[in-house]
Amino acid sequence: MATKIPMVDYLVLEPEPHLVANECTSCGARFFDHRSGCAKCSGSDFKKVSIDTDGVLRTFTIVSMAAPGIDVPFVASIVECGGTSVRANVLNTLADPEHIKLGMPVKLVTYSLGTDTEGTEAVGFGFEPKEGN
Amino acid sequence: MSEAVWILGINMTKFGKHPDIDTVDLAAQAAMAALADGGVTMADMQIMASGNLLPTGTPGMAQNIQKQIGQTGIPVYNVSNACATGATAIRTVMMAIKAGEADFGLATGVEKIAGMGLLAGNSVDKGDGTWTPKGRVGAVTALDGRLGTETMPGVFAQIGQEYAYRHNVKADFELFAKISEKNHAHSVLNPLAAYQKRFTLEEIMNDVMIAYPNTRPMCSGNCDGAAAAVLVSDAKLKTLSMEQQRRAVKISASILTSDPFEEACQVLPDPNALTRRAAQQAYEQAGIGPGDLDLVELHDCFATAELVHYDNLGLCEPGGAVDLFNSGATWRDGRIPVNVSGGLQSKGHPIAATGIANVWEICHHLRGEAGERQIENAKVGLAHVFGLGGACGVHILERSGL
Repeated sequence: MATKIPMVDYLVLEPEPHLVANECTSCGARFFDHRSGCAKCSGSDFKKVSIDTDGVLRTFTIVSMAAPGIDVPFVASIVECGGTSVRANVLNTLADPEHIKLGMPVKLVTYSLGTDTEGTEAVGFGFEPKEGN
Repeated sequence: MSEAVWILGINMTKFGKHPDIDTVDLAAQAAMAALADGGVTMADMQIMASGNLLPTGTPGMAQNIQKQIGQTGIPVYNVSNACATGATAIRTVMMAIKAGEADFGLATGVEKIAGMGLLAGNSVDKGDGTWTPKGRVGAVTALDGRLGTETMPGVFAQIGQEYAYRHNVKADFELFAKISEKNHAHSVLNPLAAYQKRFTLEEIMNDVMIAYPNTRPMCSGNCDGAAAAVLVSDAKLKTLSMEQQRRAVKISASILTSDPFEEACQVLPDPNALTRRAAQQAYEQAGIGPGDLDLVELHDCFATAELVHYDNLGLCEPGGAVDLFNSGATWRDGRIPVNVSGGLQSKGHPIAATGIANVWEICHHLRGEAGERQIENAKVGLAHVFGLGGACGVHILERSGL
């Protein structure tokens, strides 16, 4: 029985792929990793919240030099999804400044990282330009 | 308000490659020269703080240096604060003097990293053949290159581009390349810079792309270098020679900040909030404003970083960094010269030495000893460093007036 596993634990695959964050119940600050206390207000109570899958490209770089084993060029970016900033790559478009524009609308997409020796498929995420852009 | 603390002696080595000398000897060279510059010896020092971020030998850099220049038994602090390490060493000594524990102190910073390449994002997870969640976010694989970039040129490229987006200003590839053109042009006058080559704008834009929009000459170089400073209390300075008093440089403000929480700081390091806070506190402490500065050495680890720090240091109105640069104000003949040393892009960036070397550059001008690159009649200068993590050091320095 083939199973799937997300690349990181804040990517939820079912029913539709989306990201989740730990939101501070006192001040609303959101974190993708766990915090002992909130970095903004030091509150210690958090709840899980879903992050919008649509966003806008807040900044990017096209990385041409990276460690051996990392495919270049790739587009690293920060996407603002309904007020929450997400770090991800921009996928499914040419990695050149003519195709990547600050402020462009993007949406979450997933892709396969491959299947391991036990038949488990890892699923990664990124953002692609929304149609019409 | 406690009494002022002064820089009595200061030195930086040539930045670049020092293959024939080890890290400790390089630091010792700067320390001995700073002591000689101040007309004092190791026997006068009552506290020492030493920075070295990427240690290459026996831990305890301060003690290692002492073994080369004088084991006097004084308290030492080995400090580490990312790219703000050198500024942290100065500030550690300054606090001891302010606290009344010492009249004289020595701060050093050294790094031997020539040819080290990318300093972050080098980890590729070979794995064990299965997708196994690990670490704080349960990652099944190394994330560099899959979820953004961990490399410094890429991180700071995004920081520069984010400024363009947030303020809706035309900070494009060409503008960032022009900032680099300025700093490389300035470096021609600095014999201690690792690179003293002027580039044309075309050469910069057509060089090897590292992380768009930063090409190779738009990135600070990893190199070898050391710097050291001798600090003295106001009361003790008054007992020294007129020549020592005349050359002493007043530390009008010394500020260190860490980064306050900002929404996006968990996904992209934020060099802005903590630098703004440090600058604001520094101006308050010194009782001056950015308009009073005669020159600024700011942390241009990448061309894209220099732009945001014009704004963060209050050299322009919020959102006005592009206009400020395009006006020519930050060239050495402009209204507020920035990085007349050539900046980190030309001078090089031996991490722990940088925060003292920036202060050395300002002191050099305030003492009227900067030779060909002297900013005429400089009275007040600001030195800024920023380290990811983050830490920001801002020093405002004034000439003695004697």
